[in-house]
Order: sequence, then structure tokens, then C-alpha cells
Amino acid sequence: MPEFWVNMGPQHPMTHGLWNMRVKVDGETIVDAEPEIGYLHRGYEKIMEVREFQKNVVLTDRLCYVSSITWSHAYCLAVERMMGLEVPERGQWLRLISLELQRIASHLMWLASYGPDLGLLTGLLWALRERELFLDLIQLMSGARMNQNYPRIGGVRNDIPEKFGAMSMRSIGHFLKKLKDYEALFQDSKVFHLRTEGVGKISSKDAIDWGVTGPNLRACGVDVDLRRLDPYETYEEVEFAPQVWKGADGGDSYARFVCRFNELRESCRILEQAFDKVPSTGAYRVKPPRRAEGEGVAHTEDSRGEALFYVCGDGDDRPYRVKIRSPVFCTMAATPTLLRGNKLADVVAILGSVDVCVGEMDK
Amino acid sequence: MSADTAVRAAYSGRPVPGVAEEIQAQLVARFRDRLRNAKVLRPLLVHAEIDRKDLVEVCTYLKEALAFEHLSCISAVDWKDRFECVYHVTNWHNGCQVQLNARIPYDEPRIDSVIGLWHAADYHEREAWDLMGVVFEGHPKLERILLPKDFKFHPLRKDFAQEVDRQYISRRKLKGGK
Repeated sequence: MPEFWVNMGPQHPMTHGLWNMRVKVDGETIVDAEPEIGYLHRGYEKIMEVREFQKNVVLTDRLCYVSSITWSHAYCLAVERMMGLEVPERGQWLRLISLELQRIASHLMWLASYGPDLGLLTGLLWALRERELFLDLIQLMSGARMNQNYPRIGGVRNDIPEKFGAMSMRSIGHFLKKLKDYEALFQDSKVFHLRTEGVGKISSKDAIDWGVTGPNLRACGVDVDLRRLDPYETYEEVEFAPQVWKGADGGDSYARFVCRFNELRESCRILEQAFDKVPSTGAYRVKPPRRAEGEGVAHTEDSRGEALFYVCGDGDDRPYRVKIRSPVFCTMAATPTLLRGNKLADVVAILGSVDVCVGEMDK
Repeated sequence: MSADTAVRAAYSGRPVPGVAEEIQAQLVARFRDRLRNAKVLRPLLVHAEIDRKDLVEVCTYLKEALAFEHLSCISAVDWKDRFECVYHVTNWHNGCQVQLNARIPYDEPRIDSVIGLWHAADYHEREAWDLMGVVFEGHPKLERILLPKDFKFHPLRKDFAQEVDRQYISRRKLKGGK
């Protein structure tokens, strides 16, 4: 059959945002693919050069609207390293709590979109229902459900409310019970296995070579979690197991699903320890200097992989240059490798498992 | 898949203490004065400045001899009198990260591509070309990636004007100030 190109996007239920996946097909089989991105480019790196250090947190929140705190935190960490600031211990614990709550909310949003990708609308409703629990907690903590503007350079904006730990533990206890229902819905379903197992395979060598990070890399069996490999905040003091695919093969859509799904449970485990260990009194923020010079770099484990900020200062109250390394941008470069050889009908099952967020990809 | 299993076993997922000093010493021993300002910035972060002609050689050494398999990021910076390409490469085995600042003269923004070493460089180099106008020689498809194909400028350069110089003093600007 003659080969031809098919546009999946910019408006397509698969894209979860605004980008175009061009796939070249021979009958039903994909022989080549080419992502077309940039539809959501807002010039963040340029805008950040005319705003003061703190004002940029509002922008980094909107890099990925389902994972705001993790992005703002990575930016604050890079600026703090440039300024040589040390966050007080209580501030670090509050950050860790907010990061893990945000990670659960973000992963639930992914679960909610992956369900309908495979025709499982129940997954959407259930995951969004439980996500609301965590958005409520984030709202209690920071005052907003989304785009929280919570991390500050030098700490966090405000203290957690009274009895926040008890309230969170109640929600987490309820959520852990619900996770069993999710497992029954997704992993116990034969159709789910048929759709995800063995499609979109990538070897661990290729994944590292193309710069794939985060749960997508751990699904290839590579034990890389920056919370442990290059610990920041107080991650050294909590016990947790990075979710790495242990089976013989892996690297397919099912392995990515399992790794990401199990991270929900692991984040709950981190939160339980964090509420035990957070000191009840003490400063949670230090005052940052207004101006700064030098360069700072921070890479953190974002919900989707390695988020890296490289910040330069020239002695002014604004950054001279901010570089954002988005994990999805790099994973997008690897999608042709994921897609080649698969069927056209599996594109949705593959790209859904990668967890694409266009806001951070296009910057 | 047994070969893949052996590859995976090499990743412990934990940092190796003191590895940054070791890697800095190895780099200095290998490249001597071609490496300027080589120092350990933080635990697990080595910093060094190089000339652009040494880039591929240093990167090849990092990847093949020191197992830096992951290219995290390529950032281009416009310092008005020169460009700088900043490479962050990470070793997934021990968590060490190396930051290489490669200097590029302003009037000749060209540097060798590292796509032969890491495929991840593909998108990073295209982005740096798109937004900063640095040419990566040897890149097979150096096209715009975020901006439209018919866009004429490289907006992250400092001589590309912003709409307002500072967001919060537009009133001063109205009075004729900057």
C-alpha cells in the first residue's frame, strides 16, 4: 500500500492539549512519526527576564496547570541555589508535603485522561472524584485549587492550618481504600491488558539516549528517581521506594501505567511520614536578598520526569536568563521511537501512557 | 531480554558520596588547562568552562569513559559580548551532574552538534537555534521547533526588544523614562 501521512491534531481527543502528531502509515502500521509542537508557546523564558525573581513564581505555576507546585518549587530551588539561601527545616517539610499532594493530584489527572483514551469513561469520573479530595487539601494549605503560587524563594508562603495533618490522613486513608477499586477497574480488566501490553515499547538504552526521564524511564527498569539520586528538601529523611518496573520486559504502555499508578501509593506513604516528622514550630521562610548574581541550577523529580531550571543573575533584581528543561519536551523527541511499528489504533494508548502536558512542553 | 536486565542492574538509584570531586579530578587530569575554572559547586555538581572547539572531545570523554549517558539540558545564554552554550550532563549511576559552559564569539554563533553522542540533543539544539540563533554544525535537521517556520527573529537574544522593559513601572515609561 502507498504510505501517507495522517495528522493527529492539533485538535484531537488524543492530544490533551494543542499539538500535532503526524504519523506516516502503511495500511494500519506506523512507519514514521513526527511531533509538531509549539502551538502553546508563550515565550516564558523571555517574559521571565523582565520580572523580579518572586513574580516569576506566578508564571512557573502556569507552566503545567495540573502540577503547579512542583514547577514553582523547582524554580525557587534554582534561584535559592544562586543566592546561596538555605530554607529552614520546617519550610522544607512543608514544601515536601505540598509537592507530594501535588504529585498525587497530577497523577490522578493523568489517570482520569488515560481512562477515556482507552474508552473507559468510569476511570475519568472516579479519578476526578478522588482528585477533588487532594485539591481540597491543597486549597486548605495554599488558598487555591490550582495555580497556587505557594512556594516562595526562601520557603513557602504560609503555614499549614491547624489539624491539617489529621485532615490529610483522613483523606489519604479513604483514598488508599479507593485505590483498590481503581486496580480492579484497570489492572484486572482483560481488555485493558490487551490494549496496553506490548505496545509502545522502548528499550532502556534508547530511553536514556533520547532523554526520557521520570516514570517513563523507570518503566524501562532503570532505577532513577531524583528524589533519591540527588535528594533535595528533606527527601533523604523519608523512606520510600521509587517505582521501578521489575518484570523481564517492560518499557511498554502497561509498565508505564503500573509505575505511575504505584507512585500514587508511594506518595501517600511519604505523606504519612512527613506529617509525623514535620516540626510543629519554627520558621518556614527566610527573607531572600533582592538582587543576586551568579548561576543556579536545580533538577527535581517533577510528576512527569526531570524538571531542570538553569537561572543566571547579573546583579539585578530580575533573572538575566532562565532556562526551563521540560521532561515532556524531551520525551516528545522519543515518541517516534515509541510509535514505529505499532498500529494506528494504538497511538492513543501509547501517548496517553506517556502523560503529555502541553503547557510545560511549549513553554 | 537478558541483556537488558544486565543493563538495568547497573543502576543502584542512590548517589555515591564524593563522586563529584573524583570526576573533577579525572576531568582536570585529562584536559588540564583546556578546562577553566573546574570546581565542585555543590555535592554532585561539577562545573567547568571550555572552549567551543573542545566541546565534542570533552563530551565524548564524559560519555564513553565516565558513563555520563544522560544529556539533561542545553541552554544558550546571550551575554551581549559573547554567547554561551551550557550543557548539563548527568550520570544516572551515581547521580553526578557536570555543567559545561562553552564560550561562543558573538559575531560567529556556531558550535559543533553533540547529536552523535546523545539523541536527546536533537530537540535541545533545535530549540537553542530557534530562540537564540546558535547554529549547531552537524545537526541533520536544524529547523525551528517552537516558533512558526516563517518567523524571522531569534527572540531570546538581548537585542530583541520586549514590549515593556519592566512590567511594574509602565508609568515611568509613560513619562519618557526607560
